[in-house]
Amino acid sequence: MHEMSLCESLIGVIEESAQKEGFTKVTRVRVEVGRFAGVEQSAMRFGFEVVARGTLAQGAVLDFVDVPGSAWCFDCGRTVELENRLDPCPICAGTRLQPSGGMEIRLKDMEVI
Amino acid sequence: MCTTCGCSGDGATIEGGDHPHPHGGAEHAQGHSHGHAHDHPHEHPHQHEHEQPHPQGGARLDYGGGPARAHAPGLSQARMVEIERNILSKNDAYAAGNRACFARDGLLALNLLAGPGAGKTTLLVETLKTLQGGIPCSVIEGDQQTSNDADRIRATGTPAIQVNTGKGCHLDAHMVGHAVEHLGVNMGGILFIENVGNLVCPAAFDLGENKRVTLLSVTEGEDKPLKYPDIFEKADMVLLTKTDLLPHLDVNVEDMEANIRRVAPLARILHVSTRNAQGMPQWLDWLMAERRGLLDALAAQAQARADMLRAAE
Ligand SMILES: Nc1nc2c(ncn2[C@@H]2O[C@H](COP(=O)(O)OP(=O)(O)OP(=O)(O)O)[C@@H](O)[C@H]2O)c(=O)[nH]1
Ligand SMILES: [Mg+2]
Ligand SMILES: [Zn+2]
Ligand SMILES: [Zn+2]
Repeated sequence: MHEMSLCESLIGVIEESAQKEGFTKVTRVRVEVGRFAGVEQSAMRFGFEVVARGTLAQGAVLDFVDVPGSAWCFDCGRTVELENRLDPCPICAGTRLQPSGGMEIRLKDMEVI
Repeated sequence: MCTTCGCSGDGATIEGGDHPHPHGGAEHAQGHSHGHAHDHPHEHPHQHEHEQPHPQGGARLDYGGGPARAHAPGLSQARMVEIERNILSKNDAYAAGNRACFARDGLLALNLLAGPGAGKTTLLVETLKTLQGGIPCSVIEGDQQTSNDADRIRATGTPAIQVNTGKGCHLDAHMVGHAVEHLGVNMGGILFIENVGNLVCPAAFDLGENKRVTLLSVTEGEDKPLKYPDIFEKADMVLLTKTDLLPHLDVNVEDMEANIRRVAPLARILHVSTRNAQGMPQWLDWLMAERRGLLDALAAQAQARADMLRAAE
């Protein structure tokens, strides 16, 4: 649901960059999405298409770069990489884990004209 | 249009202002030239975009030299621009502004998150009745539509402001900054921010709060923390609400708690009911302790700074 407002923020960042960098059209946008960022990529793709209409990013291709999730394990005290939020610790099988990485959504780079 | 910052957009309105206050992400991105014209008691807490650090001089990497070079001069070339910016950086900057504002006023700000109908407003009403006369409280109510919740709060005599998010499914830090300006706050008070009832979206938006409180009513089922981990993950306190209903339900409250611990190992968990007052004393104790802790910490900081300045005399 909030993918829509994430897309609005994304367009905001793109428009600011356009002013700074002096480009007028964006053809490709690469966004890093952390495994634990709580983002549904298909919803984001849809949202982007809608929100980009009438902006300089209209019709731009949206690419996602997956960033793995990591978490701090309370049982063994280590930071481990996790495939899914609810997976047990791959080292000690503990189940109390606090996500520590892969929570961000970053605009990485763009192809512009 | 907002005279504070000229923002316009599709959605949020803050009641009580002399102007409807529309907000929106993209439109708000540009064109902030201040002088804020508000006659509010508080400085505008917002850190606007141009005050933020931006990626090193708009670092630009040109990956596109290859094929594009073959184009005739004058034809536009595609090039790569490196940005490396968190999409929520704007919200985070507003949140930092709010946080600084709250710290200056010694205000304990709580972000209350939960699904629709978990009992947020009822808990607030009961809490405010008890705190009345003792601690100055104020409330920001976030809902897509209606001012029902703010009306319920005001009926207790506590100042409240309703933010209607329209299509928006969460409060963001910018809306909260404006709401605080309209509301005005009391030194050393508690600001309760009731987020839009939604187990998903509000989780991603820092409002500048000191503490996050997530509510889950026992009627919602054991598995909610596992299905919606994000809303629990950053909670400092999880309130299991409506526990008076447990005798009528076949929900297993131990499982529910275990699931909360699994996604939020550090959160404190309390069982509360506004019907039979279970857990209310502990909840109020926690509020008091958090407020005291915050005021002590801020006072210690101010003291340290004063000592430093004295030493420099
Ligand atoms: N049995 C019982 N019912 C409660 C309790 N707390 C709230 N309720 C009821 O739950 C319903 C929803 O309560 P609200 O306080 O409006 O919930 P909310 O989370 O503020 O709802 P939204 O703002 O609409 O998302 C109301 O009918 C309340 O009377 C409780 O402790 N026990
Ligand atoms: Mg409510
Ligand atoms: Zn949403
Ligand atoms: Zn482990």
